[in-house]
Amino acid sequence: METPILSVRNLVVEIPTRHGILRPVDNVSYDIHAGEILGVVGESGAGKSMTGNAVIGLLNRPAHIKSGEILLSGQPIHSLSGDALRRLRGKRMGMIFQDPLTSLNPLLTVGEQLTETIMEHLDVSYAQALDRAVAALDEVGIPAARARINSYPHEFSGGMRQRVVIALALCAEPELVIADEPTTALDVSVQAQIIALLKRLCRERGVAVMLVTHDMGVIAEAADRVAVMYAGRLAELGPVRDVILNADHPYTAGLMASTPLASQGQKRLRQIPGSMPRLGQLPMGCAFSPRCEFAQDKCKQDPGPTRETCNGRAACWFPLSSTAKQEATQ
Amino acid sequence: MLAYILRRVFQSLIVLLAVGLVAFAMFNFVGDPVDNMLGQERTQADIERLRQQLGLDQPFLVQYWKFLEQAAQGNFGLSYRQGRPVADILAERLPATLELALVSGILALIGGVVLGIFTAIRRSGVAANVIMTVSLVGVSLPTFLIGVVLIYVFSVELGWLPSFGRGEVVDLGWWSTGFLTVSGLKALILPAIMLGLYQMTLIMRLVRTEMLEVLRMDYIRFARARGIREKSINFKHALKNTLVPVITITGLQLGSIIAFAIITETVFQWPGVGLLFINAVQFVDIPVMAAYLMMISVMFVAINLIVDMLYFAIDPRLRLDRKGGGH
Ligand SMILES: Nc1ncnc2c1ncn2[C@@H]1O[C@H](COP(=O)(O)OP(=O)(O)O)[C@@H](O)[C@H]1O
Ligand SMILES: [Mg+2]
Repeated sequence: METPILSVRNLVVEIPTRHGILRPVDNVSYDIHAGEILGVVGESGAGKSMTGNAVIGLLNRPAHIKSGEILLSGQPIHSLSGDALRRLRGKRMGMIFQDPLTSLNPLLTVGEQLTETIMEHLDVSYAQALDRAVAALDEVGIPAARARINSYPHEFSGGMRQRVVIALALCAEPELVIADEPTTALDVSVQAQIIALLKRLCRERGVAVMLVTHDMGVIAEAADRVAVMYAGRLAELGPVRDVILNADHPYTAGLMASTPLASQGQKRLRQIPGSMPRLGQLPMGCAFSPRCEFAQDKCKQDPGPTRETCNGRAACWFPLSSTAKQEATQ
Repeated sequence: MLAYILRRVFQSLIVLLAVGLVAFAMFNFVGDPVDNMLGQERTQADIERLRQQLGLDQPFLVQYWKFLEQAAQGNFGLSYRQGRPVADILAERLPATLELALVSGILALIGGVVLGIFTAIRRSGVAANVIMTVSLVGVSLPTFLIGVVLIYVFSVELGWLPSFGRGEVVDLGWWSTGFLTVSGLKALILPAIMLGLYQMTLIMRLVRTEMLEVLRMDYIRFARARGIREKSINFKHALKNTLVPVITITGLQLGSIIAFAIITETVFQWPGVGLLFINAVQFVDIPVMAAYLMMISVMFVAINLIVDMLYFAIDPRLRLDRKGGGH
């Protein structure tokens, strides 16, 4: 198999605090291949953004990568710092943030922001950069791109601004794009357009996309594979259909049961009782065990292994699909 | 935008009318102008005649209107003390104050912005912390004390710079400048520092706070995520966003520099309008005081208007009626 664009291996991010060391990302591993969208889901505070920030090298102090590896097309980048890392950002990996209203510099025209980024990474003249900037706006579906190149961000609507943000993230043609909740701040009607745009760019350019969201609907719509995070750990990872229809981890199953999805028909929604534990107060064993209806003594003592299951991977002593199988055979 | 500017100009006029009323009231209520102008030997007839001549027998509003009319033409009458037109005296003194204010304003602005950026970017560095601590001391010391210390160190002990006066000035006919002679420039240094230091620390702290605030913004993070160099992030992306509040405060500070100049001019015996005003107060020279008051308020109002215009120049979001187009 070809080398994945992004390969995260046993990534641990730590934050030293007065009350001890927190691990917002704990032993997370996953790959994303060219042209693939990996959805990363989980409740707010699960560590999704931390993972994305660690990959692109924008962790805010005092958070830092404690151990593990991040490989970009096979090249280790977790130990890069300063200028070497800056050169990769924008050029080989781009990032899209949640709120298009605050992501763009209000006092610079979109053209200025685009050409600056392009000229930083590509060896082109200003005129060429301007042409590329227009092309980038055109590609993300901004009408009359050349006429709007000198507009300021406030002259665009929210959805159009997110398109500009996407153009900015992609204008130097990165291999990897990390989209951190790219639709959360947008109107529902615009969300689908932005997701469709991301899918198209991913397909046409063969970009690897890490799509962070807490919206299962977005995942079902866009992702090829899904990583489910819970309290800093990867609960489950697998192809989107399997994870949605046939979850292995009880947390994933609970998450699905609590989300209205077209593919599930008219099932009654059920909330998982309780809430995700705070980072400083994680239980000894599996972080989900206090809320898990299947939890046994073993689960409360030891977080358990991450197992290969028939779908992918699940960090659970008793993955549902295998227990289901066991029950069936008994 | 035009409507906005017209509204601001209208507000400014109201302010000036109010200040004019105060100045006018000074003539009528602080001492009797007739008393002031006639000598000891006067008759009731003299007094009546002068009152009529000066229009003091007319209704209040008529008098006020006449005063405004005269003031608008720069005519504030004769100085009680010098017996010359107040406008002439002010015109003689104004260059000294404006040159001093200009130099200390530039000093405060450049020093404040540079140090503010530095202390924001290197906020955990030793140098930045030293500057912040020193500036705290600077803000809390009274200005005249700084002036006295400056005189003691640089004039008395080291003997490098003069402790009073403006040095030699070159008369350009309508303007007397100290910029063209060595002694004029040397004489400017200490008063400019004394006058500008406080404003500089204010601007520095403001720039620092704003800069730190802006550096936390999403668009700065996004610029970093695009691999933009730190230099451009600090000086292009962040600084520009810092400037709007900085311009406001600096504009207002410029006004207060001219007002604060009274203290500096007194300490350094600087022959500007501030010193003129202090002397006028001692002699109850009402026309000079009123004219000074009017002049300072016109300056404040003008500075505020200019600051408002600068907003429009910097922040495209305020230019709402120019939708669609670029520059
Ligand atoms: N500076 C910090 N100090 C302590 N905890 C932090 C800090 N920054 C983030 N966290 C914690 O890290 C966890 C992961 O946050 P984040 O990655 O933003 O979650 P998500 O994006 O999944 O909503 C959260 O529980 C948050 O409370
Ligand atoms: Mg997040």
